[in-house]
Amino acid sequence: MKVSSFKHGSHPAEFKEYTEHKTLEPLPIPEEVFIPVIQHIGAPCKPVVKVGDEVKTGQLIAESTGFVSSNIHSSITGKVKKIGDFPHPNGTKSPMIQIVAEGDEEWVKVHDHTEPWGEMSVEQLKKIIADAGIVGMGGAAFPTNVKVSPPRDKKIETFIINGCECEPYLTADHRMMVEQAKEMIEGTQILMKILDVEKAFIGIESNKPDAIEIMQKSTEHLPGITIIPLKVKYPQGAEKMLIKAVNKREVPAGSLPMDVGCVVNNVGTAIAVYEAVVKKIPSINRIVTVTGDAVTEPKNVIARIGTPFSKLIEFCGGLKPDTKKILMGGPMMGVAQYSLDVPVVKATSGILCLTKKSVPYREEFTCIVCGRCVHACPMFLVPTRIARAVEAGKFEMADELGIMNCIECGSCAYECPSNIPLVQRIRIGKNKIREMKNKKS
Amino acid sequence: MDYTSVIYAVLSMGGIGLFFAIMLALADKKLKVEEDPRVAQIEELLPGANCGACGLPGCAACADAMVKGDVLATACPVCSEESQHSIAKLLGVEVEKGERNVAVVLCQGGHSNVVQRADYEGVATCLGISLVSGGDKACEYGCLGKGDCVEACQFDAIYIGEEGLPIVDREKCTGCGACATVCPRNIIEMHPVSHHVFVLCKNHDKGADARKVCKTACIGCSICVKNDASGGFKIDNFLATVDHEKYGSTMELPTDKCPTNAIVAVGYNDEK
Repeated sequence: MKVSSFKHGSHPAEFKEYTEHKTLEPLPIPEEVFIPVIQHIGAPCKPVVKVGDEVKTGQLIAESTGFVSSNIHSSITGKVKKIGDFPHPNGTKSPMIQIVAEGDEEWVKVHDHTEPWGEMSVEQLKKIIADAGIVGMGGAAFPTNVKVSPPRDKKIETFIINGCECEPYLTADHRMMVEQAKEMIEGTQILMKILDVEKAFIGIESNKPDAIEIMQKSTEHLPGITIIPLKVKYPQGAEKMLIKAVNKREVPAGSLPMDVGCVVNNVGTAIAVYEAVVKKIPSINRIVTVTGDAVTEPKNVIARIGTPFSKLIEFCGGLKPDTKKILMGGPMMGVAQYSLDVPVVKATSGILCLTKKSVPYREEFTCIVCGRCVHACPMFLVPTRIARAVEAGKFEMADELGIMNCIECGSCAYECPSNIPLVQRIRIGKNKIREMKNKKS
Repeated sequence: MDYTSVIYAVLSMGGIGLFFAIMLALADKKLKVEEDPRVAQIEELLPGANCGACGLPGCAACADAMVKGDVLATACPVCSEESQHSIAKLLGVEVEKGERNVAVVLCQGGHSNVVQRADYEGVATCLGISLVSGGDKACEYGCLGKGDCVEACQFDAIYIGEEGLPIVDREKCTGCGACATVCPRNIIEMHPVSHHVFVLCKNHDKGADARKVCKTACIGCSICVKNDASGGFKIDNFLATVDHEKYGSTMELPTDKCPTNAIVAVGYNDEK
């Protein structure tokens, strides 16, 4: 099999065997959900329900307040108990709508068109996507309706579906491709129609042969969709790396994929689009890989948005006694959690639970200038110099070295033999530089 | 041996040397830059730490600005009263008696008071830890205890105590404010040295939530407001604040009724 890829990157151990052959299992409807009003990149939503209101599944509970923003819907049928601050997986306390389940499940449809999507106009389809509150399910949670509305002067030529799932441990996208191939292809076709492109590419890392086979079989009759097997390398699933691997285009520093005529969407996003347009269900479900050596029975779970992490872990048999660390997302870019009360949000691709054995304390040593981080960096930066500039407080120098182009993939820190927390240093630097620039303007 | 070539060389080189010496001497006279001698004298009086507390790039710049009259003779908040008087004398102005500011750490969430919600291993700076899921202490407003302020202080006036909290040496503190600028949680504030009564908490959460995370958090119960006749206390978004204008500079606590002991007389013991 011929595989494409990009330059640099790293090869972390995959650990996908925990869940890669586990079928998707729906989580029972939780008794209560905590739905954050900010789950996406952009402006926070404004709640449109009051305490005591009865809400149905799929009902709009917070509406977007700007162009780059995304609607929020109730994921269960019940009553609004409280609107207030609760712990959010990003580590802060953030406004959320607490809903307690009551009575039988009743659904609210996201649109009431009766014709098939082939007969709808592009504007109608875009409105459905915006109304359904669909955001990029890969992890960044960028509103999809914004992504598929490029400015007029930017012609989109290449549409790529991201099925790489290069983060170790995670298998949500993999299982979706295997089990929901038909839905995903239809979602892709809807997105192709919106973007007005003839061709779409589905990039899949070659460690998922079953997904590649199923995808190839289901797109045999569709000449517009090509499956591209990709080399297993981290971060193959990063937008810029994927574009480089699929059509050899390089996204310049500081610009967006649409500047080189590309749009990349995640597998989960395509399925969410299908569900919104065909099934009329807004974005209230999320496939979460609950995995790691600290979980008794790792699973791929279909969870409602707003379900507390504790419910998912309970569903997977609970935690082992020597659990040390819990992350939202994968081990490379995931966010450490301090509480299991935090809810599943639209960007929760996985809950990774690790034991003491998997996350040993690693003492930091001095940089030996070996250059392994340089060789690992997919953005062609020199992480060690940037990190040292930040440590010395020379933020202008770090800026000149391209610190703002860092995608925080973690390859450098993973490769570093001296265990230097390079990415953390770079994040500190980015934060400082942003602060300085804000002050200036 | 023929010495003529040596003599020629010596004469010509000497001539060129003499010519340039005269040129230099003329240039020195003609292009002389008059520098006010007071600049150097004032610079001598300034602390020389180049801390930037005056808002200018270093002590030399501050001295220059003082002589030019761009800033007041008291622009340096760091130097002693004595030097301020000397500077004023040099400049021929009167000094209004200003009060020294000192840093106050508005948090008591040390190891024995605050709930630790996670273990942290990583870059050991407050800024670093504040960017990782909101830090390892359960209180989202309090001190992170990694000592960015200690690092920033050029006068050795702040150190991390046994409780893992910064302690300000009110004698050594010059009031430059470097620690306050660098603190990612903004819990260090600059206050006149005569102010003693403070609410040592910045937690704006509701009482029950605040109490859950820290033993000494202000829970916004309003007992201080009710018990204080001077009206110097106010509750703002579940946090008590002291109005120093109204409250003045006494060292006596207005009330010992604060259930969490969040109201403290700072510097009381040192000066007693």
